[in-house]
Amino acid sequence: MAILEIKGVCKQFGSLRALEGIDISVEQNTFHGLIGPNGSGKSTLLKAIAGDHYADEGTVIFDGMDITERSPEFRAKNGLNLKFQITSIFPELSTYDNILLSIQSSQTIWSLVTSKGKSGLDKNIMETLEQFKLADRAETLAGELSHGLQQWLEIAMSVIRKPKLLLLDEPTGGMSPEERRATGELLLPIKKETTLVIVEHDLDWIKEICDNLTVLDQGKVLDDGPVEKIERSERVKEVYTTRV
Amino acid sequence: MRSNNSRKYLPIIEICLLVGLIVAPLFINEFMTVILTRMLILGLLAISFELCWGYSGIMTFGQGLFFGMAGYVVALFANKAGFVQIWGVIPIGLLVGAITSFVIAWLLLLGRKPPEIIFVALGTLTFSYAAERLVSGWYWVGGGNGLSIFDFLSFGSFEIEAGRLFYYIAGTILLISYLISRYLVKSQLGLVLAGTRQNEKRMAFLGYRVRTYKALVFTFAGAIAGLGGALYAHHEGFIGPNNMGIGISTMAVLYTLFGGAGSLIGPIIGVLAIETISFNLSDIDAFKSFWPVILGVILLVIVTFKPDGLIGFIVSQRERIGTFGKISKKNKNQDS
Repeated sequence: MAILEIKGVCKQFGSLRALEGIDISVEQNTFHGLIGPNGSGKSTLLKAIAGDHYADEGTVIFDGMDITERSPEFRAKNGLNLKFQITSIFPELSTYDNILLSIQSSQTIWSLVTSKGKSGLDKNIMETLEQFKLADRAETLAGELSHGLQQWLEIAMSVIRKPKLLLLDEPTGGMSPEERRATGELLLPIKKETTLVIVEHDLDWIKEICDNLTVLDQGKVLDDGPVEKIERSERVKEVYTTRV
Repeated sequence: MRSNNSRKYLPIIEICLLVGLIVAPLFINEFMTVILTRMLILGLLAISFELCWGYSGIMTFGQGLFFGMAGYVVALFANKAGFVQIWGVIPIGLLVGAITSFVIAWLLLLGRKPPEIIFVALGTLTFSYAAERLVSGWYWVGGGNGLSIFDFLSFGSFEIEAGRLFYYIAGTILLISYLISRYLVKSQLGLVLAGTRQNEKRMAFLGYRVRTYKALVFTFAGAIAGLGGALYAHHEGFIGPNNMGIGISTMAVLYTLFGGAGSLIGPIIGVLAIETISFNLSDIDAFKSFWPVILGVILLVIVTFKPDGLIGFIVSQRERIGTFGKISKKNKNQDS
């Protein structure tokens, strides 16, 4: 069953046609990679799915709902989360508070004012911090964490919300090979309850972790399907050997 | 590194100031008590701005509008209906401040797209200016001369004159407003505001309706400003166009920047410092004609070279932001 269906999505910036008639279907509880050369439209597509900007044409169906013109708040409340390409955390808050801020967003204003639900969240927060190797930095300011840990923190902020669909824009950007490997290991256990759409430049890493890939080139879908199929695709090889 | 043993200075400053303000009237004369009462009332205005700017990232020049509007309404109640009962004046001030600020919030903050800081700043500035001009030319509310209140604030038949009793009433109201505000900014709602101030876009992607929270705080802050305005009108026995326009709104900004944004006590220290400096400078014959220039230079130096304000000399940025989630001892022990 598809949790995300993108039908004929187009996006134009001035005279630049960034996306042109994109059709993609993402199956539930799979890891789906978006790859392509620089400027192929990967991040633009991800932003259209997350609501950072809206598609000019076409529809985005998430979990049976047409969310094409819905606000980011609506999408987030219904289980669609985005990890930004440039790490987007709250640098002046502690690591713990970053996670708390993420998980408490579903509470009512009254509950927030009275801080009623806070104590009940502690165990869940600490388990997530443990999972992402951040427990010993719980009280450290997020802005003082290393780049790799900030990336993990941002992923942890999404994972703790148990989203139905998590969009990761270059989750291993700026990481060492060891950190990339560890990031893959951190993500694999969430497959049971979350579908992942990942934009990534590291082809070896994304082939390792994903079930399906969509290859974009110049705003169009060049090819898509299981990783094995894409690996054999002559069209994809051509693009990656001539354009990257 | 897990533990954070940085010292906490804010509670010490809060307690010292509270004790100092409680005993102050015992050591100063009646006239100075009246001056200090005015400072406490202006403290409400300063807290009101701080909640908007220091905690929620809303740059507003509208706090003077809410302050003055409430002052005018209670003055009209006093003049036209002879109503000066404190049990009515306080709720009227709160209500007028809240309603006025909610209307402004609805117009400026609750649009489809998140408004830019400059849009809100200029919008509130425009409203303040327009209101000042409006009352200046409106004879029914006293025009440029403003409105005088001839009856004392009362509780039943008991009259509350400016002096020691009014001081403690104003002080109690400031303390209650402070404690409620402190509770709010330390609650999980305070964490939402801290997040909004640091990364508003990210908050939307976490599912927060950021504009709703901003409008909520703006309205609450407006109610506190209104409370201040109502007390001010009765304490001074007067309210005029200057008490609701750009001038008083800018003073609210200066109190906060001078005392230090990011804590509730900073703006109150700012009020005490600025008003004390103003009072003393204006009293010196040699400075009488140009003391505002000297005050301006002092403000400029502090704001330029110490953006954290006076409180920044003692309290770190980290302490001001604080922590919201308390890690339970059980989990803490597991980690150590």
